[in-house]
Amino acid sequence: MSAKTITADAPVQFYDLDEHAHPEGHSTMLGFWIYLMSDCLIFAILFACYAVLGGSYAAGPAPKDLFDLKLIALNTAMLLFSSITYGFAVLQMQQGKVKGVQIWLAVTALFGLAFLGIELYEFHHLIEIGATPQRSAFLSSFFTLVGTHGLHVTFGIIWLVTLMFQLSKHGLIAANKRRVMCLSMFWHFLDVVWIGVFTFVYLMGVLR
Amino acid sequence: MSHDPHAAHGHHEIEMPHASMRDYVIGFVLSVILTAIPFWLVMTMPLSAGATGAIIMGFAVVQIVVHMVFFLHMTPKAEGGWSLTSLIFTVIVVVIMLAGSLWVMHHLNTNMMPMPHEPTSQTVGTTTGQVP
Repeated sequence: MSAKTITADAPVQFYDLDEHAHPEGHSTMLGFWIYLMSDCLIFAILFACYAVLGGSYAAGPAPKDLFDLKLIALNTAMLLFSSITYGFAVLQMQQGKVKGVQIWLAVTALFGLAFLGIELYEFHHLIEIGATPQRSAFLSSFFTLVGTHGLHVTFGIIWLVTLMFQLSKHGLIAANKRRVMCLSMFWHFLDVVWIGVFTFVYLMGVLR
Repeated sequence: MSHDPHAAHGHHEIEMPHASMRDYVIGFVLSVILTAIPFWLVMTMPLSAGATGAIIMGFAVVQIVVHMVFFLHMTPKAEGGWSLTSLIFTVIVVVIMLAGSLWVMHHLNTNMMPMPHEPTSQTVGTTTGQVP
């Protein structure tokens, strides 16, 4: 490994001939973080699209006519609650309590489902009154941005349920702890993206 | 700082950020405040639209930092500094991309030839005024 001292007579080593140790999962957390950063770029592109196209209504409805801020506030609250309940799951994991982790993961999944339900209700309502993605560039970029976030939450919930099964089968083994921490990053990251959505899409939309 | 129970295990345990109840509660309370104020400002409109816009954007930035620190356990030392390095790189790319897109598209819009079937555009109003 790396801790070899170079003496005057020994040949200088420019590279390691021996493979150094790669314990399982030792780079998973950093790798997952870098995945999240790439996901961040996807959302940044969609935000840029919305920023460019968000004012092109094609003589159709504007954000002021469409967005119900009380509904969005409720939605935001659901996602915020799910963030802290996921935090409780992580704390239970640190204390080694499988049951506690599962209960808090289930609560998190319920808040996530409530968020998705409210979002689907909103989308359904918009499409019903004719504000479909085909109506204007504003609505196309709106549905793409908010829909992509909703899709991420959907996959987060699928992962949550999968993790609950893995926990009940294998308990708090090292691999499962790693999974809980990766999903924790994913879930909190989605909340960070939602801050951008409710501020730039909904609140700024109603202001404009 | 938090104690490090993994140090004694050497390579067997994966290094994980240590979370505490205090962090989550502080993060949650701050997020609630930083979410409630922008919603209240927009729903009741006590200020002008411009000031409200500037304030809610500032709150969003602060709330993103709060989430990064208290929920994502972001510290300069996490993963030997590589988490922060990749975050800074991403932020730089995102800022260039957002600012560049808005700048380019804004100029494209203002330099566009006026189109007759665009009643909402400002350029149409000014040029049609000069036509007769």
